[in-house]
Amino acid sequence: MSIVNIRQGSTRLVDTKKVHLRGALYVAEARTRAMMKWFWMILAIAVANPALYLISVGIGLGGLIDKNVGSAGIDGVKYLTFLAPALLAQAAIQSAMDETVYPTIEGFKWYKVFYSMNSTPLSGGQISLGVFLTALFRTVYTVILYFLVMWFFGALDSPRAWLAIPTAIFAGVSFGALMQAVAAKLENENIFFVVLGRFIMMPLFLFSGTFFPLTSMPFFLQWIGWISPLWHATELGRYLTYGHEISSSMVLIHFAVLITMLVAGLYLSARIFTKRLAK
Amino acid sequence: MSEFLISARGLTKKFGDFVAVNGIDFDVRKGESFGLLGPNGAGKSTTMRIIGATSQRDAGTITILGKDPEKHGPQIRAHLGVVPQQDSLDMQLTVVENLYIYGRYFGLPRKFVKGKIEELLTFAQLEEKRDAKVETLSGGMKRRLTIARALVSEPEILMLDEPTTGLDPQARHILWDRLFRLKEQGVTLVITTHFMDEAEQLCDRLIVMDKGNIMAEGSPASLIKDYSTKEVLEVRFGSDRNQEVADKLRSMCERTEELPDRILMYTEDGETLLEQIYAADLHPKTSLVRRSSLEDVFLRLTGRTLIE
Amino acid sequence: MFIPMAVAIAEARIGKRGERFYSGRVPQLLERGFIAFRSSTWMIVLSGFVEPVLYLLSFGYGIGKLLPTIESGGHTIKYAAFIAPALLATSAMNGAIYDSTMNVFFKLNHDRIYHGMLATSMGPLDVALGEIGWALLRGFSYACAFMAVVAPLGLIESIWGLLAIPAAVLIAFGFASVGMAITSYLTSFQQLEVINIFLLPMFLFSGSFYPLSVFPQWLQFVANLLPLTHAINLVRGLCLGNLSFSLLGHALYFVIMIICGLFFTTKRLNALFMK
Repeated sequence: MSIVNIRQGSTRLVDTKKVHLRGALYVAEARTRAMMKWFWMILAIAVANPALYLISVGIGLGGLIDKNVGSAGIDGVKYLTFLAPALLAQAAIQSAMDETVYPTIEGFKWYKVFYSMNSTPLSGGQISLGVFLTALFRTVYTVILYFLVMWFFGALDSPRAWLAIPTAIFAGVSFGALMQAVAAKLENENIFFVVLGRFIMMPLFLFSGTFFPLTSMPFFLQWIGWISPLWHATELGRYLTYGHEISSSMVLIHFAVLITMLVAGLYLSARIFTKRLAK
Repeated sequence: MSEFLISARGLTKKFGDFVAVNGIDFDVRKGESFGLLGPNGAGKSTTMRIIGATSQRDAGTITILGKDPEKHGPQIRAHLGVVPQQDSLDMQLTVVENLYIYGRYFGLPRKFVKGKIEELLTFAQLEEKRDAKVETLSGGMKRRLTIARALVSEPEILMLDEPTTGLDPQARHILWDRLFRLKEQGVTLVITTHFMDEAEQLCDRLIVMDKGNIMAEGSPASLIKDYSTKEVLEVRFGSDRNQEVADKLRSMCERTEELPDRILMYTEDGETLLEQIYAADLHPKTSLVRRSSLEDVFLRLTGRTLIE
Repeated sequence: MFIPMAVAIAEARIGKRGERFYSGRVPQLLERGFIAFRSSTWMIVLSGFVEPVLYLLSFGYGIGKLLPTIESGGHTIKYAAFIAPALLATSAMNGAIYDSTMNVFFKLNHDRIYHGMLATSMGPLDVALGEIGWALLRGFSYACAFMAVVAPLGLIESIWGLLAIPAAVLIAFGFASVGMAITSYLTSFQQLEVINIFLLPMFLFSGSFYPLSVFPQWLQFVANLLPLTHAINLVRGLCLGNLSFSLLGHALYFVIMIICGLFFTTKRLNALFMK
């Protein structure tokens, strides 16, 4: 005869104070376990993606560009050196976005795991923060791997190149937090994925001064760079890695934009999570 | 043409080493409602797919309206209306569009299909949902739409695979009512089910299947008469006492079946039997007297219940 | 004796070639595509057109400033004129792959639409041709729209560039047939992701943004095996007016893809639904 023990009772077993303090970590643990099923996939993407872009655009196209512009270089350096901080920031943004948007939609809509989490003492705010922390973890992991691949390909000829790591991670999670809030608000995700891919991610990738200086774009397209975390992170990265010239007020602006995104994203996400779970 | 719309002899289907249908014989007469009753995995759906010319047999013969499905798949499917177990409605389209395009798949002219749609909407009680996307329909509505869709080509045989699985009781009754009307109009129905009440309600004649074999054949009433008693007494003594009492009960009636939570006692007179139990100083926690059903027939034939 | 109309229609096809696989219902399946299209979201429809235009704007303009001209086929041409044909070929590929993988996978495994279709008097080849046919119609309209943008910009150097539109349809046909064949063998969503993993290297190493001659011999050899390389060479040859017999070779590559793709799709659908 099988029996389920209910001797101690939940009032004695569950320490609500502890849950109140560490709830987000429990959510992050669950999310990380789910993510680790894709460990090899994430690893492969984190290694293959930079290698492919570096060889194709950095070396292939870069070789032709370097030959054409001569000793002046792009922004005073080789095309590959110019491109590297941008690719690093792009990788951070992509992995943070993947790890916030899909799990959020999955949690609310596909498998509805957030609702069962919420039926334990965990709050909406804690679930939101837990998802974000997992994305942070994945972003750090991806950026470090990406950096190592770049180093292997000789794309980092400045001794300060590693400074682009924290700025890339910062930009990635700032954008991730904001997209997490958007994803939590969604009702129809099918249209959203098309909008996200073709009307948000792609323009950000193509018009943030990634492959060429933003100033070489016509004026009416430069605004995309200004709202793009990718451009802000790339400018900071270029400044830190090879001494790309920017004024100190611009440095402040870049940081201010990213911090605003991060704070607004985290705040809105926690609020929308709580509201949607209570609906 | 013979009086049988469908005739199978020694029908066999294997998937690797697994024998899904093991050399079965059956005939379906014109205008009758023919059932395949059995638990999940009995081989009912496989048999349905062979009749539907979307699965090829490994041995034996089968003719549907005199044709061999191996040679004339498209022609046979033109005769049939198929209602699969899992919905296969076109989620990108509305109710009306689903009916329309399905008719077009048979190559039917636009004008004919458009005329047919109104009739089908009324039959399926979906007039108010005509322009709704399929996604927004309830389970029962989806199933009624699937049946309406299967009727768009005016088929002679309507094939229903587990038509009410997953529906709530009210939706089931609405569906049974619709199917009953079709039966009255003379449409031949072939129905698989693992619900004995559904088989009793809808089928004129049925085969009881288990593990690819036919265990018995006949009308619901004759099957109950042949394989069970008139009444059944169900008694519960609590999970720890059922076992010890069972031995004493066995001698008191024709036959008993011990299930994990209760004991079934087969008898011609349930009330009298219950009095005898009390007289023997055994006190069941609950008791119920009911008429025998196809569930009891299946239990007798296989030693197992239909829903596991 | 009364014979239902559906039966009479099916009986009329007895004795025709491949009657068990094909019932001549491609128009009906295109009709389905059109009905579903009417209620689709304009954003999604627009997105297929937007992709190559964004790349053209970014690379053509931005990289064009760093690399104004490029050598191709013995001529010196504007950088934007060099990449425009490649973007047309790539968007034909992307559209066809999306339609024949994601879309088909959902219809096959989630909505079970093909189960419903094949319970009628249609055959598996009807379904394969119908689905691919719809993908081609879409590919054709996107190609026309893209040409309408790039031709006025002076990026099409030759009148032969008009043939780039049918070439784009051929390319879409090839990718759609092979894509559908592969998708019909897949059982989980994750396997679908693997297809996407192959698309990025193909895009980066088939000579979209610069001639393959900058690469070492072995890498050029590998790149020349990729279907997108042949697609780009075909469209670029037509747009730049560099005609040669090698263009027929590129086209032949896609004819073979179409034949193999259709063969395996029909075979697989038959095994899935008719066995």
